Amino acid sequence: MPANDELQQEFEAEAIASMVREGTTLIEVGCWEGELLELLITKKNCRGYGIEENHEGIYKCVEKGLSVMHDALETGLKDYPDKAFDYVVLDKSFARVIVPDNLIRESLRVGKQVIVSFSNFGHWHVRTQVLFGGKTPITESLPYQWYNTPNIHFVSVLDFLDYCEKNKLKVEKKVFVSGPKQVTLLPNLFAQSAIFLISLP
Amino acid sequence: MYSQATQVIIYTGAITGAAGKVGHFNFAFPPDLMPLESGEKLGPISIAFETYGELNAAKSNAILVCHGFSGDSHAAGSKEGDKGPGWWDGMIGPGRAFDTDKYYVIASNCIGSCMGSTGPASINPKTGKPLGLDFPLITIRDMVEAQRHLIDALGIGKLLSVSGGSMGGMQALQWLAAYPERVRSIIPIATAAKHSPQQIAFNEVERQAIMADPAWKNGAYYGGPLPESGLGLARAIGHITFMSDKSMDAKFGRDLKSDKEPFKFTPEFQVEGYLRYRGNEFVKRFDANSYLYLTKAMDFFDLSGEKPLHEVFRGCGARVLLVSYTSDWLYPSYHSQTIARAMKAAGVDVTYIEVESDYGHDAFLVEFAELTRLIKPFLERTHTNPLEAANAR
Repeated sequence: MPANDELQQEFEAEAIASMVREGTTLIEVGCWEGELLELLITKKNCRGYGIEENHEGIYKCVEKGLSVMHDALETGLKDYPDKAFDYVVLDKSFARVIVPDNLIRESLRVGKQVIVSFSNFGHWHVRTQVLFGGKTPITESLPYQWYNTPNIHFVSVLDFLDYCEKNKLKVEKKVFVSGPKQVTLLPNLFAQSAIFLISLP
Repeated sequence: MYSQATQVIIYTGAITGAAGKVGHFNFAFPPDLMPLESGEKLGPISIAFETYGELNAAKSNAILVCHGFSGDSHAAGSKEGDKGPGWWDGMIGPGRAFDTDKYYVIASNCIGSCMGSTGPASINPKTGKPLGLDFPLITIRDMVEAQRHLIDALGIGKLLSVSGGSMGGMQALQWLAAYPERVRSIIPIATAAKHSPQQIAFNEVERQAIMADPAWKNGAYYGGPLPESGLGLARAIGHITFMSDKSMDAKFGRDLKSDKEPFKFTPEFQVEGYLRYRGNEFVKRFDANSYLYLTKAMDFFDLSGEKPLHEVFRGCGARVLLVSYTSDWLYPSYHSQTIARAMKAAGVDVTYIEVESDYGHDAFLVEFAELTRLIKPFLERTHTNPLEAANAR
């Protein structure tokens, strides 16, 4: 029986796939070993590419038959023309870059729409651990210690909605997830992760 | 296109290990000489080549591999008189990256070389003497043009892939640029779309070493003493650029030779002995004039010329796997990244990786495990790709 976080990942991947139209083009920035990318290509008949900076991730992508560029996540989109892809996918990727704002802006330039997912720092587990434990929280969707986490930014659902509002971004779809199911009530408190489909107005 | 009557393929030997054939392709007989990029004409032309594996009925499994500038058509397996197996034996054979159980691999020598193909050491039919500097200037485009005639003669319409490192990578790029409809993929490794001034400078110093040798005699040395000291020095310089600071340190350190003679600027360090040894070995097998012509061909290579590079790649439907190496300072990764960028802008299906290696430019002749991990699945997916249906649109 797969662990709860694996089921949640599968659920998230399906949720992302459900946002992607059949037969479109997309590029995933920070595609790791290419699991989501492979799913989107095979399931939604997409023409898909990846950008990854982790060597082992790149090898695994090539082994899956995926086309992947060895490049920094922050700058990997820079050479693509405007609106080169229907979607840019940032699956928990902006937590890996120093200035997420730059990556999101570049994604909105290169993609007609952008799919963003992140672990929600507003989840009640996080809040109670900070409040009562006085320590940096470790949860199912943020399972790392402060000294080895690849997530260098922590963002909540409300933070991201503020960002979209401030930058006048259009939120076209949003899905909140906890375990292998959708959250509809108080997502900033109960969602472990969030997925947004955004675009420029 | 030459008619069947004016082109001839002759098989002269067998390869064991990778199970193959040794052949020669003769074409461009007068008056149908092959036009060169320079405007001159060349013929008759002979190309040495080897094949490994079997061409399938659909003729869809043929792969062309192109050697670096001092290489030859003996890429894999063993044949009579060999000191060792072919230069990419670790890559080509049953179960290897270029799996000869699945693919038909063609390794062709380039024109201008001295390894069995028409070059400056070939006999001038008009004078009965070696051509020397009467051999015309040839380019990477001319090399590919000659290979294209070989591929035509072998009855292959579309190659599954063209691959090679260094000058071989330039040929792979040229194949894509000149014949995009005849390649399903290319795998250029440790190469460039054009030489930088630094690369030209190294080649120029190596050429100067040859031309400064009194035995060179403006290239008319055939039948007399060969410009061995010049060619040996050129090769020694080349070897320095093929290795990295780290690989040299690992291989030689500051170790001294054990058979040290009294100090007279004879080789004392291991690295000195190595460079002299490699130089001396090289002059036994390579023609100094070919060295001049082939390094010039690389220096003149410019895939896009006046055009922006991405325009060369626009509309190319082939998949591309580009590989560079972290410690390669002769063809630094930025060359491959420039190609990758242009391909991205042109919408080409490209995969690029900078492989971590300490072996410098030599890495593509050494790091077989890493290359195999990339090339094997890349070829498999290009050959029978469930994703290709989606990505081929």
